[in-house]
Amino acid sequence: MADAPALQATTLTRRFGGLTAVNAVSLSLHVGEVHAVIGTNGAGKSTLVNLLSGELATDEGHVTLGAHDVTHWPQPKRARAGIGRSYQRSTLFGEFSVLENCRLSAQSALQRPWHVWQSASRCDQSLAVAQEVLATTGLADVASRIAGTLSHGQKRQLEVAMCLATRPQVLLLDEPLAGMGAEETERMLALLQSLKPTHAVLLIEHDMDAVFRVADRITVMVDGQVIASDVPGRIRTHPEVLRAYLGEAFA
Amino acid sequence: MTAPRLSWWVPVIAALVLLCLPSVLSPYAQGLVAKIMVYAVFALSLELLVGTTGLVSLGHAAFLGIGAYVTVLAAPESGGNALIWLMPLAMLAAAVYAVAVGLLSLRTQGVYFIMVTLAFAQMAYFVFHDTKLAGGSDGLYLYVRPVLGLGSITLLDPAEGRQLYVLVWAVLVATYALLALLTRSRFGHALAGIRVNEQRMRAAGYRTQHYKLAAFVIAGALAGLAGCLLAVKDGVVNPELLSWHESGAVLLMLILGGLGHLRGAVIGAVAFTLLKEFFASEGLVGPLAAHWQLSLGVSIIVLVAALPRGLMGLRSLWRPRG
Repeated sequence: MADAPALQATTLTRRFGGLTAVNAVSLSLHVGEVHAVIGTNGAGKSTLVNLLSGELATDEGHVTLGAHDVTHWPQPKRARAGIGRSYQRSTLFGEFSVLENCRLSAQSALQRPWHVWQSASRCDQSLAVAQEVLATTGLADVASRIAGTLSHGQKRQLEVAMCLATRPQVLLLDEPLAGMGAEETERMLALLQSLKPTHAVLLIEHDMDAVFRVADRITVMVDGQVIASDVPGRIRTHPEVLRAYLGEAFA
Repeated sequence: MTAPRLSWWVPVIAALVLLCLPSVLSPYAQGLVAKIMVYAVFALSLELLVGTTGLVSLGHAAFLGIGAYVTVLAAPESGGNALIWLMPLAMLAAAVYAVAVGLLSLRTQGVYFIMVTLAFAQMAYFVFHDTKLAGGSDGLYLYVRPVLGLGSITLLDPAEGRQLYVLVWAVLVATYALLALLTRSRFGHALAGIRVNEQRMRAAGYRTQHYKLAAFVIAGALAGLAGCLLAVKDGVVNPELLSWHESGAVLLMLILGGLGHLRGAVIGAVAFTLLKEFFASEGLVGPLAAHWQLSLGVSIIVLVAALPRGLMGLRSLWRPRG
């Protein structure tokens, strides 16, 4: 890819006591590309997302967002600079409406906490963004529902919608398809395809069919290390990947 | 299903009724209502922390006590038009202490936060208890009550029961209005987001520590204001104002009224103070009055068991479902 990466990780390392959860991992995310990270449970994929989003501090290595070295930036600052993330388990504001979940996420770009005389629910700018992302993610019909009452698939969609509401350039999606039915998976994959032209997407996923359909590049992690990073066609036949993760039958 | 809309007219009518009450109340009852209103300001300040932001503090009485002590210590011996600056001074002193406590305690969460706030409050308690400046365990007296005025014009003289009542009423209305504005603003919605899911708020780009510190300082300053009113009303302050009993009592007010509602804080202050008065009254409960803590404790357990969402939960009993 000729474009400069939107997000670049260089030899990222994170240790928990004697365990090296992420070991010298390097990868680049480009706008217009879905970059999938696959691997067994405990391979360090979610820790990698935590390091990229700033939720965890790195022990070694660097994270660069555009032209900025954001390695030492706290998570909120990285989020405002354009890194959006979703979680493996839905982390919604369960007691708020679907619209308010997105509006509150959109409000982070225009916090102005001293505007005490203005009702948040009448903040036109954040409302417009919230309504737009709900339309994009197909949740406009359930905007007034309480988020905690949504179906599992809708909650996963709302996770992505909340990410989008912060207007990120980089999307770090941690298993957005987990627990989804076939129809919901199709909807989510279509959404990812539609987001690709304007976002750099990191996708962590266990559904290999979905990964090989949507990913432009795949990085495979085992025990905290990258064992291969290539286009899907080559990953499918990579001997070490087949042995360590996909299995010979997959090829 | 949507959240019930806050109807503004209920608090407005309640405030007007409160303002008119003294004309039908005995001096004793008027003093009791004034006391309830002071505790309502105190409870409202904690509601911002506990009900809105989800920060359960067991040291909130420190700010009440600091506000009260600063009022007595700084009040001119001759009285005078001092309330106009004594109230902001009490708030400022409590806010400064809240900044210090908040910066350290907000690094912790959950039960650790509860214990750290309790520890800071106990430290403040012993500072006032063990120093001559603060009068030791006997406390200090306010010999001449400062009045609220501008220049040579006296607006309210708290030495007179009715005017004290109006002063406390005005502060309660202003506090309620301020907190109602805050909780519906972007700032308030961000605090609510922090209560529900702080991790998600950080991921969305909110510096949650700043928001929590701001809420902690505002709550501390408002508790300091309640302390100032308490000092002016009673004319005496003592270290018990800062004790963990007071911090526990104001938490109970919120639980009794119903967490998450400004009205709940006010209703809780009313219920708690009236229950305490009732069980401590020998004329009403006879010899049991000597053991009022026991009766009050039992009644609170029963109320909380019957109404887990507090007295505000009573609304759902007659609201149509569906």
